[in-house]
Amino acid sequence: MIPDQPARYYTILGGESQAAAGQRLARPTGRSIILIEGDHSMPILDNQTLDFVSNSADQTERLGVRLGELVRPADLICLEGELGSGKTCLARGISRGWGSVRSATSPTFSLIQEYPRASDGQRLFHIDCYRLQGPADALAIGLEDVLDCHGVVMIEWPERILSILPPDRLWVTLRWVADSKRGLCFEANGQRTQELLAAFRRSAFGVR
Amino acid sequence: MIRILGIETSCDETAAAVVLDGRVVLSSIVASQIDLHAQYGGIFPEVASRAHIETIYPVIREAMEVAHLGWDDLDGVAVTCGPGLAGSLLVGVNVAKGLALGRGLPLVGINHLEAHLYATWLTEDADRVAFPLLGLIVSGGHTELVMMRGHGDYERLGATIDDAAGEAFDKVGRLLGLPYPGGPAIQESARRGNPDSFRFPRAWMDGGLNFSFSGLKTAVLRQVQELRPPLPIEDLAASFQAAVVEVLASKTARAAAETDASTVVLAGGVSANQALRQAVKAASDRPVLIPPIEYCTDNAAMIAACGYWRYQAGERAGWDLDIDPGQRLG
Repeated sequence: MIPDQPARYYTILGGESQAAAGQRLARPTGRSIILIEGDHSMPILDNQTLDFVSNSADQTERLGVRLGELVRPADLICLEGELGSGKTCLARGISRGWGSVRSATSPTFSLIQEYPRASDGQRLFHIDCYRLQGPADALAIGLEDVLDCHGVVMIEWPERILSILPPDRLWVTLRWVADSKRGLCFEANGQRTQELLAAFRRSAFGVR
Repeated sequence: MIRILGIETSCDETAAAVVLDGRVVLSSIVASQIDLHAQYGGIFPEVASRAHIETIYPVIREAMEVAHLGWDDLDGVAVTCGPGLAGSLLVGVNVAKGLALGRGLPLVGINHLEAHLYATWLTEDADRVAFPLLGLIVSGGHTELVMMRGHGDYERLGATIDDAAGEAFDKVGRLLGLPYPGGPAIQESARRGNPDSFRFPRAWMDGGLNFSFSGLKTAVLRQVQELRPPLPIEDLAASFQAAVVEVLASKTARAAAETDASTVVLAGGVSANQALRQAVKAASDRPVLIPPIEYCTDNAAMIAACGYWRYQAGERAGWDLDIDPGQRLG
């Protein structure tokens, strides 16, 4: 029910979304759709979910910046999507918005990249599970230490290590739509990430 | 006569080497984990960290035996501190500290990227090296253009903003169903392919000296998805390789032309690629120096060579020498 390339964005209003709290894939069923004219295609499915189509890598990065400005220590952002779906692009935006001086690059080879913030010494970690076989590998490279050290954490290919991830996480699913267009679906899975998603929605789209 | 023991454990290889006066390789032992990793299509971290611990002592012992040296013959120990995977770097740094402390030897911490450039000093090309030197460092984790104006003096001119060139080779290799590592497999396959079969995008980055290989990787993926099997793997490999090589070679040549570089050095694992070697030489109007393949891929002789210059400059690391997984050059 989510069109890939609509020219407008959609807002779905409905009260039953709270009942779906805690479910990772909360999808609306049988609710009315109110169309709002706008530049982005953005169906707001419910409190836990936000879905839209980005028209360019630049736009994806800019949205990452908006999200990065809002993240706090210990926030966990999971980036799922096939090769070339824009995971690293979004991560680069998030790290910029958060305040990293260094631009984030692909962590595929190094597995873990750490970005310090000059203003307060806080740390952001960018992890890539592309080359990992499963949770045992993640523990071997020190993921537990990373998750425990109160930094912001972004993980690419998180589905490979799902069983060891903390439950309260912002899960972003990216998909290829057309040459420069990518679909991004954000799902909050706990209290903190619901707050984060709500703040992101206000900041990036000016809606509640 | 200065003899430095070099130790390298930043990623896939566990390596130790002894180098005389930063020039003469007395021994260079590399315990490759590529066979171990090949079955997983990449590095297998649990194996990697365990393998470093298991192989580091035998590798060092062999390096000393091949060099026919005893501990008292050494003048110092050089070890990679970064960039790399924290758990792997720690193995090398702690073993180096133990050796240096136990044998009363000076210790020097080395940047792995910097050491790649020092591979040039291990060949007869050492006499042709002239500063300022423009280095293109291309590997699985890095793609950087660096201006080296003297020993220890670096300026970063450009780097990849997303994927490293070697990473693109590995990921495209996997897409095409080729064995790991992707670099040699694509090179081999490309020999029989037509590089003009597919016109893959070249990211020129608005004329700057940065690189981007993510879009190329995605373009190959889309092409593979559009084609009907059987895939023209050799043509895809040749067209992909041509796109990477053209960008790397022409940006390097332009950086050399825009600066006062006296020599160009091609270093890092991807510089083993023959098409890249030829293209960089053909595109540049300065002398291009390329170390032999065994010193392009990760090794400890380059660590020892770099360590020699640091040692000569009077540099000594304290016992608090720490790893720096995100270390940069310039």
